Amino acid sequence: MSPSTPLNSPKASRLQAQERWLAKFTWPWRITWGYLTFMLLLPLAAMLLKASTEGWDKFWEIATDPVALSTYDVTFVTSLIAALINGVFGTLLAWILVRYDFPFKRLMDAIIDLPFALPTAVAGLTLATVYSDNGWIGSLLAPLGIKVAFTRLGVGVAMVFISLPFVVRTVQPVLSEMEREIEEASWCLGASQWQTFWRVIFPPLMPAILTGVALGFARAVGEYGSTVIIASNIPFEDLIAPVLIFQRLEQYDYAGATTIGVVLLGISLLMLLVINLLQAWGRRYDEH
Amino acid sequence: MSTELKVETTTDRPKQQGEKVQANWVPTILIGVGVLYLGVVLLIPALNVFVQAFHKGVGPFFQNLTEPDFLHAVKLTLLLALIAVPINTIFGLCAAWAIARNQFPGKTFVLSLIDLPFSISPVVAGLMIVLLYGRNGWFGGWLQAHDINIVFAFPGMLLATAFVSMPFVAREVIPVLEEVGTDQEEAAKTLGANDWQIFWRVTVPNIRWGLLYGIILTNARAMGEFGAVSVVSGNIAGTTQSLPLFVEESYKQYQTEAAYSASVLLALLAVITLAIKEVIERRTQIKTKVM
Repeated sequence: MSPSTPLNSPKASRLQAQERWLAKFTWPWRITWGYLTFMLLLPLAAMLLKASTEGWDKFWEIATDPVALSTYDVTFVTSLIAALINGVFGTLLAWILVRYDFPFKRLMDAIIDLPFALPTAVAGLTLATVYSDNGWIGSLLAPLGIKVAFTRLGVGVAMVFISLPFVVRTVQPVLSEMEREIEEASWCLGASQWQTFWRVIFPPLMPAILTGVALGFARAVGEYGSTVIIASNIPFEDLIAPVLIFQRLEQYDYAGATTIGVVLLGISLLMLLVINLLQAWGRRYDEH
Repeated sequence: MSTELKVETTTDRPKQQGEKVQANWVPTILIGVGVLYLGVVLLIPALNVFVQAFHKGVGPFFQNLTEPDFLHAVKLTLLLALIAVPINTIFGLCAAWAIARNQFPGKTFVLSLIDLPFSISPVVAGLMIVLLYGRNGWFGGWLQAHDINIVFAFPGMLLATAFVSMPFVAREVIPVLEEVGTDQEEAAKTLGANDWQIFWRVTVPNIRWGLLYGIILTNARAMGEFGAVSVVSGNIAGTTQSLPLFVEESYKQYQTEAAYSASVLLALLAVITLAIKEVIERRTQIKTKVM
């Protein structure tokens, strides 16, 4: 606003403001919003509107039908267990990678990102082979009566595979930035190793571990490629929600597919919110 | 420092000695458990891809690689990446610049919006494209009237590929841009450089490692995407079958050999991606973040 100009009629100033606003809206902005609208917002709107045309009763009926409920059980419970397993072992891996030296450490560190880089179809194929009854690991488990491939356990193995890097990569930087003096102080004060870990190291690490678990859970819930190959995809046994969407689409049941899709989308958005809150909690530790 | 140090100081000497002994084997056990876990979950399955592909020798492997369906799948995958990667790179650079260089209300919201494709299940992404461009979709009638096929054809697969690989460049470049700051760009502006010159001569050299890593990740995801592409492709061998779809289809048809031959190519893509990531981390001394 420049009150010095004599031509400052309300109309002119409004035009000026508009121009300034447009000038702020530079080409990068236009491309960003144009692309986001076309690629993300438009498809999202199409799906939500499609779901809303069905009506709430119909939506609820499809969303809570027994087959759908069983897929939620397999998808969410198995994802959660897989993410928690990685919460324990991922923290352990981050710990040994930051604190200890041993042969092939760099290789191990690099290989942790493999699940990001390896296409999921390949992951599913190789896990199904390794854990099948005559595979490298499956043949060791078969005599014990444990079947992995084509069971819910196999779905869990695939979910563990794809969600492993999340915990390691969120805990690792927090751990390496932690000051060792605090630990040494605690040792000097006579605390045992175990006490030092639980009372000094673990609390600031907790937000990072939980963030990693939440990220891994979110990824495992949506995972399709590796799980569809290692599972037998039988309802009430190891059918996961993404595969159910796929099957409904193949039967041209768009309402059914959309309903399950909206449920999955809702869970993803909820997880995004949880992750953002967890990260904000983690940042609070930095400031002190 | 507000870290609590309320630790009991009542430990006696013999116990401390016991702990010294313990301290020697604790790392060994932890490393052992870690290596074992990584081996069972990651390393053995990864090695298995190569062993399965080559266990009958190199001959059958190369024979599989000359099949027409396979070659078409490779061509299609390369074409998808060739179009999707540049588009997403341009978008990523624009988005990164707009977000890192401007302060505005709702910045966190826009950041989450850009991350959204990562949290959405690939199958849901494919479903959204079908609902928009499919026969009963929003644009379905119009597209049919004009005889344009998107779903069950190449454009749909391209949309799916671009969707799932959308955020990588932006999220790798944003932190670098924020760290570099605007000093050099402003200096260049004072010296009379135009926007384009500033971008190519000042900004790009500063962000090149982050940008490169973002492009590599975009490419890996674009070539490896299975779920979203499989929903919209119709999966017809020789027509709309990309390499990951070829892997699944061969496996389902009990042509395990062919499936593993194709897998080796995709696994090599993963190895190259990890190697480049390692090089970038050594150069920049920065560990790339997950999310």
